[in-house]
Amino acid sequence: MTDRVAIVAAAKTGFSPSRSDANYSELAYEVIEKVLTETGLTIGDDIDNSISCSHDIWDGQTISNIGITDVIGGHLRNEEKMAMDGSTAVYYGTIAILSGEYNLTLLLAHTKMSQTNRNIVNNDAFEPIFSRKLGLDYTSAGALQATRYMHVHGIQRDQVAKVAVKNLGNASRNETAHNFGFYSVEDIIESPVLATPITQKEMAPDTDGAVAMILASEKAAKKITKNPVWVNGIGSSYDAHYLGDRDLAMSRALEQAAGRAYAMAGIKNPVKDVDVFEVGEEFAHQELMWYEGLGLCEAGKGGELIDSGRTLFEGDIPVNPSGGLLGGVPANVAGLHSVAEAFLQLRGEAGRRQVKDAGVAVVQGQSGHCGQHHCVVVLGRD
Amino acid sequence: MTDNALWPFEVEQHITAMSKYYAGKIGSRFYITLRDEGKIMAVKCPRCGKVYMPPRETCGPCFYNMKVDDMVEVGPEGVVETFTQVHYNEPVIPREAPFVYAVIKLDGADTGITHYLGDVDYENISIGMKVTPVLENERQGNILDIKHFKPV
Ligand SMILES: [Zn+2]
Repeated sequence: MTDRVAIVAAAKTGFSPSRSDANYSELAYEVIEKVLTETGLTIGDDIDNSISCSHDIWDGQTISNIGITDVIGGHLRNEEKMAMDGSTAVYYGTIAILSGEYNLTLLLAHTKMSQTNRNIVNNDAFEPIFSRKLGLDYTSAGALQATRYMHVHGIQRDQVAKVAVKNLGNASRNETAHNFGFYSVEDIIESPVLATPITQKEMAPDTDGAVAMILASEKAAKKITKNPVWVNGIGSSYDAHYLGDRDLAMSRALEQAAGRAYAMAGIKNPVKDVDVFEVGEEFAHQELMWYEGLGLCEAGKGGELIDSGRTLFEGDIPVNPSGGLLGGVPANVAGLHSVAEAFLQLRGEAGRRQVKDAGVAVVQGQSGHCGQHHCVVVLGRD
Repeated sequence: MTDNALWPFEVEQHITAMSKYYAGKIGSRFYITLRDEGKIMAVKCPRCGKVYMPPRETCGPCFYNMKVDDMVEVGPEGVVETFTQVHYNEPVIPREAPFVYAVIKLDGADTGITHYLGDVDYENISIGMKVTPVLENERQGNILDIKHFKPV
């Protein structure tokens, strides 16, 4: 039985709206080769477990991991697929090492959103008896969530747009982001409306790419690197499927996931105890909701928190210095990318987006419409 | 010939599957009643009293298996809890943009149903607005048997 689990390497491909130069197995090779080279590990002798994260319909194949078993070292070995956000690969990879069964776990998340129509893919995520035939997708569902959230708490239109202004600006310092720029609140609000109140600049764009990572037991980690990043807390929670079952103005599932991860890591006050946050805002309004669910402010005060400037790159609670999902990160890859970004921050390797003296980071990933599932990971330099 | 000289070749596929999903006993009663009598049925957990819309078999908090006899008529009127006007078209959306989705809590139900709003200008829609369903005349036994909800 090992006491702790560390991330010893992480790599990401360049992200773009269409990586037509590479299929998803080539994207996987690109990042897996990097983490193996960096650690000096081999897939045959050292890696003893692999977990991948992908989406059947985007890959065009059910049990889509069978298309990448050769590159992830899955032949005649254990390989598991998470059909969810990449953060959950970290969750289950950590548990697998803590069980004592594995030493070195390779994580991979890949999606080529360019391969098919996002709204049709997401329509298939709704149950078929009462919901799917209406044509719902994540954007229209997200818009129903935004309207309710803003109504209940009096969140202003410009407060939501400020999330996009911040994240698209931050993304300009992230060399793998493809959606960035310095915009005004008016630019965001006046971009084409998708589903009221959500505009195009407030939605994470279609993106292709992959992220790989290696998790190690404490003993193995210390041999591999002088600079491991420790997984100090993990938590996961599901909300109801039907929109009408949930309180759309809040995220009880995130509160639970964060509560579990914070308790495990000994985080008492996330505002004081955490140096940097990376969260999964598929739509701008969700970042405000995730502030509340992560305990960065009281319920309904997400708008005031963005107004305060404290979550800016320069603020004392930086959220999404990478530019977040709005900067262009593929679905499913999202949470693993956020963990990779937090890893770089804690190693002091985040380049122009480096948060000064980052010692503790919190990552939140989500999947399902309106964040039905949440996974929270607390990472630390110590 | 190097890799870079190869023009990316994409294999086109169109996956089509005519699917039939069993609505379950409770879902079947919901659709038969909607189609034949034009009534909307929810299900009430006999243990905790919560009324679920759409109806379903299990009350999660009680882990109780609800039966067809536990179904109760709700609505037809209800209240708009949230709404959005959609500005894009997709082959899977049976409406032309712009159109409006809403979550509606029907009178007597504790959870909301997602559907369309119609016969109303977008500017006049508000949360808390009272609405009533407009049913199709020729009903097929699916969720589109309710055409949309309109203001009372
Ligand atoms: Zn009950």
